[in-house]
Amino acid sequence: MKGQIPPRRHILTLLVENQVGVLARIAGLIAAKGYNIDSVSVGETMDASVSRVTLVVHGDDWVMEQVLKQLNRLIEVIKVVDLTEEEFIEREMILVRVNADPPNRAEIFRIADIFRAKVVDLTHRTYTLEATGDEDKIQALLELLRPFGIKELVRTGLIAIGRVSKTPSSKLERVAGGDGEEGAKKSPAVAT
Amino acid sequence: MKITGAEILLKSLVEEGVTTIFGHPGGVILHGTDPPGDHPIKYILCRHEQVATHAAEGYYKATGRTGTVMVSSGSGVTNCVTALTDALVDSMAIVVLTGQLPAVMGWDASQEADVVGTARGCTKHSFVVFKTEEIPRIIKEAYFIARSGRPGPVLVDLPEAVMADCVAYTGHPKSVAIRGYNPQMAGHPGQIKRAAELIAQARRPVIYGGGGIIHADASEELHELVEITQIPTTLTLMGLGALPTSHPLWLGMLGMHGLYWANRCLIDADLIVAIGSRFDDRVTGKACDFGTQCKIIHVDIDPTSIQKHVKVDVPIVGDVRCVLRELNKELRKVERNWARDFEEWHGQIEAWKKQHPLRYEQRQGVIKPQYAIDMILRLTEEYDPIIATGVGQHQVWAAQFYRGRKPRRWLSSGGLGTMGYGFPAALGAQAAFPKGLVLNIDGDGGSQVTLSELSTLVDYKLPVKTFIINNRCLGMVRQWHQRVSTHQPLPAGPMHQPDFVKLAEAYGAVGIRIERPEDVKAGIEKAINTPGPVVVDVVVEREENCLPAIPAGAAITDIVRAPAPTPDKSSQAWH
Ligand SMILES: Cc1ncc(C[n+]2csc(CCOP(=O)(O)OP(=O)(O)O)c2C)c(N)n1
Ligand SMILES: [Mg+2]
Repeated sequence: MKGQIPPRRHILTLLVENQVGVLARIAGLIAAKGYNIDSVSVGETMDASVSRVTLVVHGDDWVMEQVLKQLNRLIEVIKVVDLTEEEFIEREMILVRVNADPPNRAEIFRIADIFRAKVVDLTHRTYTLEATGDEDKIQALLELLRPFGIKELVRTGLIAIGRVSKTPSSKLERVAGGDGEEGAKKSPAVAT
Repeated sequence: MKITGAEILLKSLVEEGVTTIFGHPGGVILHGTDPPGDHPIKYILCRHEQVATHAAEGYYKATGRTGTVMVSSGSGVTNCVTALTDALVDSMAIVVLTGQLPAVMGWDASQEADVVGTARGCTKHSFVVFKTEEIPRIIKEAYFIARSGRPGPVLVDLPEAVMADCVAYTGHPKSVAIRGYNPQMAGHPGQIKRAAELIAQARRPVIYGGGGIIHADASEELHELVEITQIPTTLTLMGLGALPTSHPLWLGMLGMHGLYWANRCLIDADLIVAIGSRFDDRVTGKACDFGTQCKIIHVDIDPTSIQKHVKVDVPIVGDVRCVLRELNKELRKVERNWARDFEEWHGQIEAWKKQHPLRYEQRQGVIKPQYAIDMILRLTEEYDPIIATGVGQHQVWAAQFYRGRKPRRWLSSGGLGTMGYGFPAALGAQAAFPKGLVLNIDGDGGSQVTLSELSTLVDYKLPVKTFIINNRCLGMVRQWHQRVSTHQPLPAGPMHQPDFVKLAEAYGAVGIRIERPEDVKAGIEKAINTPGPVVVDVVVEREENCLPAIPAGAAITDIVRAPAPTPDKSSQAWH
């Protein structure tokens, strides 16, 4: 059954206990399946005891189903959703330092303007731009800047959020104790 | 009143019902292994941490109660890794308490190891205790996680400072609440109905059960299912004992070295009811060829086991016992003359059994390993023994000729196939049942991996009877070399062997040697009637192979059967 579906990009969003070692477990699990994590970003949610992890991984659906189940099996993982299965909004922020010799400055400025990027630092030789967007937009911007010579590139990694109409992400939001939701948590296992 | 972390730990363990700890001490766990005051916990000092951990596995499998291990830091923990991995793949509920250096970690201090990092790949979950106050909650959670859902090993790392600190003990928590952990007990009612419908329509169904039935204590429910539906049943190595081997619908073990007709049933079935089993490659062979001709129902508590290797028509995630109870309720409503409907199917199976019986020939001269093992199992049957095994040919034969009738009586390393499992598993079971008959059927190779535990058996007067099926080689490896090698393989023997009888005596146990077929019966009887730990060196034929066999990576249909018997007056065949 394996290998019938070609690999594609999956954006996984996880709610996890905000504890030592959780990220290592997640990374270890995905590495054990032989997959590279394209990007990862971590941050607290409205509930300080819960962190959100956004992972971008390329894999075929068959193995991704296993990865999802296995992530779910981790005790510190409260919830996992594959956003690729629904409608979502994605963003990444980059800081990029590009060669900007005087004859090229106007052109770089124009490109930045079209992409709504900001110049956040400049020297006689370089511009540093800040830009946000989805993967395609960031990729397009970088392609246009490449001929000038990119000296340094720093990316935050992708973050993504499900569109409101879809239930899984709103459920997710409830677990994360998002404002204005009823705050119902996943019923915990109880033993006496 | 303030008490030390070590005392709190002990109170927490007592609260969790722990009565036996297997361990090996060291500097930083001294607070744990030498706590002040009276307590009802028995501490069994093993000779190696791997052994202590396997012993806890044996204890768990034999009793259903979580096994407990306590070891020191650094090498004390890394020595546990093999056994932890074994426990993880075979779903053994154990809790391993490890000593750690004073609270600050990561400084490469003496006897420091990255315990949490090490544990990540070989435990169901692991904890580091940062504050003494957390001990009761973490111990409660550790035991809950180990035993619930799909059972597995849990490690709790206890820094020395946490054990030494004094804080007020506020009692043991009454309940556990872990929001990210919620094993699903009840199966989906709709899926259970669909399963019942498929079973009600099947013409050639087979039940393929695994260790999950034992872990869920669902043998009775399985028995009931078989009684209602008259479906022939095969079990994996891990599931042996879930259905009495005396049951008329018992097919025997399936898989790589399973019985011909048991495997054959899986090929010819129109419905496979998989219960608490995980379609391991030693069972399915080439998974892509598996179950393509039939429908599959799969019941398991672990969602990751379902749809992993084969496509399933009716997946049911839930506790095997809960699901089987509901399924049986549904099936009792079905109006069907099961016995009559399956007459042809049952007849077919009987014909396969007659065509390709499990057999061996014991001629004069050298003892056949099958004969020795078969006799051990026959002669001890009336005592309802707990049987541990090593890994290799002797393990396969013990499983093929197994005669047990109850669950939790068969201890064998399945998923990892860890040589050396026999001695410690038997030790753990005997510690739980000091008066019961516990056997270890081991190889001459594997027994030497953990032979040191003869000392522990002698120390604690644990009367395990070990039978070393001595073929003077790593038999299973020799067998596969013979099949697959086109060149001279790395040697699997002959190996120089110690004199096992003298060794047993050196350790303070009793040694017996059996060398001739005619002495087998008397030798076994002598062993089981001798008090205390006994080692029997059974010298057997070297070149015997385990058959039937499905070569690794091949499909079930490629099964290699035993050759037809050669006519010989002196031979004695058992079926
Ligand atoms: C720790 C470990 N190392 C290696 C193996 C590979 N292996 C499987 S069976 C076997 C031979 C076992 O020899 P013995 O204990 O004498 O049993 P026999 O097959 O001869 O009955 C080996 C080396 C293993 N299963 N476990
Ligand atoms: Mg051997």
